[in-house]
Amino acid sequence: MSGTADQFDTPTPVVLGAGQDIDPPLGGEVAPLEALGASGEEWTRPHSNLWADAFRRLVRNRLALIGLVIVSTFVLIAILAPLLAPYGQSEVVDVRLTRYGPSWSWPMGLDKNGRDIFSRLMWGSRVSLMVGLASYLVILSIAIPFGSIAGFYGGFVDTILMRVVDVIYTIPQVLLVMLFVNARGPSLTNIILGIGLIGWTTEARLIRAQFLTLREQEYIKASRVAGAGGGHIIMRHLLPNSLTPIIVAATFGIPTAIFIEAALSFVGVGIQPPQASWGQMVGAASTPADIISTPHMLIFPVIAIGLVMLGFTFLGDGLRDALDPKGND
Amino acid sequence: MATTNGTAVTQDEDVILRLTNVKKHFKIGGGMFRGRPLVIHAVDDVSFSIRKGETLGLVGESGCGKTTLGQTIVRLYEPTAGSIVFKGDEIGTLGPKQMRPYRRYIQMIFQDPSASLDPRMTVSSVIAEPLNIAKWGSKKDRNDRVRELLKEVGLNSYFANRYPHEFSGGQRQRIGIARALAMSPELVVCDEPVSALDVSIQAQVLNLMTQLQAQYNLTYLFIAHNLAVVAHIADRIGVMYLGKLVEIADARTVTENPKHPYTKALISAIPIASPGRVRDRIILQGDVPSPANPPSGCRFHPRCPIAQPNCAIEEPLLEEKEVNHYVACHYA
Repeated sequence: MSGTADQFDTPTPVVLGAGQDIDPPLGGEVAPLEALGASGEEWTRPHSNLWADAFRRLVRNRLALIGLVIVSTFVLIAILAPLLAPYGQSEVVDVRLTRYGPSWSWPMGLDKNGRDIFSRLMWGSRVSLMVGLASYLVILSIAIPFGSIAGFYGGFVDTILMRVVDVIYTIPQVLLVMLFVNARGPSLTNIILGIGLIGWTTEARLIRAQFLTLREQEYIKASRVAGAGGGHIIMRHLLPNSLTPIIVAATFGIPTAIFIEAALSFVGVGIQPPQASWGQMVGAASTPADIISTPHMLIFPVIAIGLVMLGFTFLGDGLRDALDPKGND
Repeated sequence: MATTNGTAVTQDEDVILRLTNVKKHFKIGGGMFRGRPLVIHAVDDVSFSIRKGETLGLVGESGCGKTTLGQTIVRLYEPTAGSIVFKGDEIGTLGPKQMRPYRRYIQMIFQDPSASLDPRMTVSSVIAEPLNIAKWGSKKDRNDRVRELLKEVGLNSYFANRYPHEFSGGQRQRIGIARALAMSPELVVCDEPVSALDVSIQAQVLNLMTQLQAQYNLTYLFIAHNLAVVAHIADRIGVMYLGKLVEIADARTVTENPKHPYTKALISAIPIASPGRVRDRIILQGDVPSPANPPSGCRFHPRCPIAQPNCAIEEPLLEEKEVNHYVACHYA
């Protein structure tokens, strides 16, 4: 009804009538803090940047800290495996002691070839983490430019790029990776490339969706009014503000990549024996007879996979909170 | 007085910005198999000019195109038609690169101070952004400038490294003002700069803006839906309805002697702080029509209390009914 009238009904007696009488002391809003002894001349508060603040918040979060510890422990083990592992990754301890259970000499027992499972898990962590991190790097290096361009420029470019994504997305990921690795031959590089070249679609969509919402924000307009070009806006505003969802996606993406590698190795198209990989160890130990009689061969690699995935998830949850500048200090 | 399409375009020497028949239409939908796109006539044939150092208020209800017009002037949008002349140079048709040299002279203060500051940037980097983009001075120069600006808008530079969410609404708008002033602009388009603020803070921010205007000889285009606020700050007031400028004159003339029936309705809606006084309220009937399908003839005729049959056919042009008082109405 009287929509017009309502619009202008907002009472503003202060501005109209008494605006002059109020005589607001300029900067009155900050006066109380001035009283705390902060002189207007000095930049007293230590310069802090996003990452320093985020790290401070991260280590204060107990679950995130646990995640960080788990992940960094595995990273350390992976790096130092040649020094730490008691045996080589395909070294047979004793052919007569195949499927030997956990003992003081070999805390996780021996596998069906008489190799030390503890050592092989350490060696296998290199494969898992390598696959997880490297393939995610591949994913991001495709998804970020792809999603950025689609989301920032929109329109026709966006339509074309997103149809490409849709097509790739329709085919089951593990199947595609399997075909890729099969065609190019099973190797660590091919697994990483396969997961990376095929798995970037989710992240590209995510970044595009994020950009589409962010690019209409007023601070983007403000940046344009200041004369910023596309590159500046993407690098300074859109990407930093998309960091949170990207990191959250990474916490699921890295374990997913680790899991795909495990799945490939489990069915035999991944890392080839005698090189160690967690998935392949699970695969080799999961015949019905082995599960019942010598479960230790299965349990330890499964625990390793689970722990790493849990660690990344905790870490990612913590990072998501820590990277939000509105988070509690 | 040059009269283009019956609209007010002064030829004064000190005109800083002149709009002539500016249109901004948006196409919505459409595509290969989706039929004809819907065309939103957000701004239709708007002409006016702003003199250096003055404040031109632009009022109108939500959706009348005033924000679109403001964003077209700062060239966030390309005008569909018409010309935007800033200090003698046509800027309406410039590409992003050609526009860059003009950016520092035309700045904008945004409506929502919490949305117009990047949440991931500290206050100092927000204010320094225009300086950085323009590669202005050395790093130290820029730091000094940021401190100076903070002091100018009444904020303590102690807080320069804090994030926008740590500030109150009024303080955030001060940060937005500091950013707009960073490159010493000449024209500032203020898009509802106080609408999102508490009434008590509105007065503070308005007074700050007035003070800065005097200090730096700024020219304001002040967009608001609240006529009371605009009447307080503006020298001249333009009234928009459905993408059209329907009346433009001195602030005093518009508030005390409005001619267009729409302006009269707006004025009658301002609350008066004297309980005894009775004033006729003009209550408009019906809702604002869609700018995608504006009424024929005078766009206001379906709701106009004095409409005549020919209002639906013939579109009234903006005419100078009295000296410097332009009205687009057949019967004003």
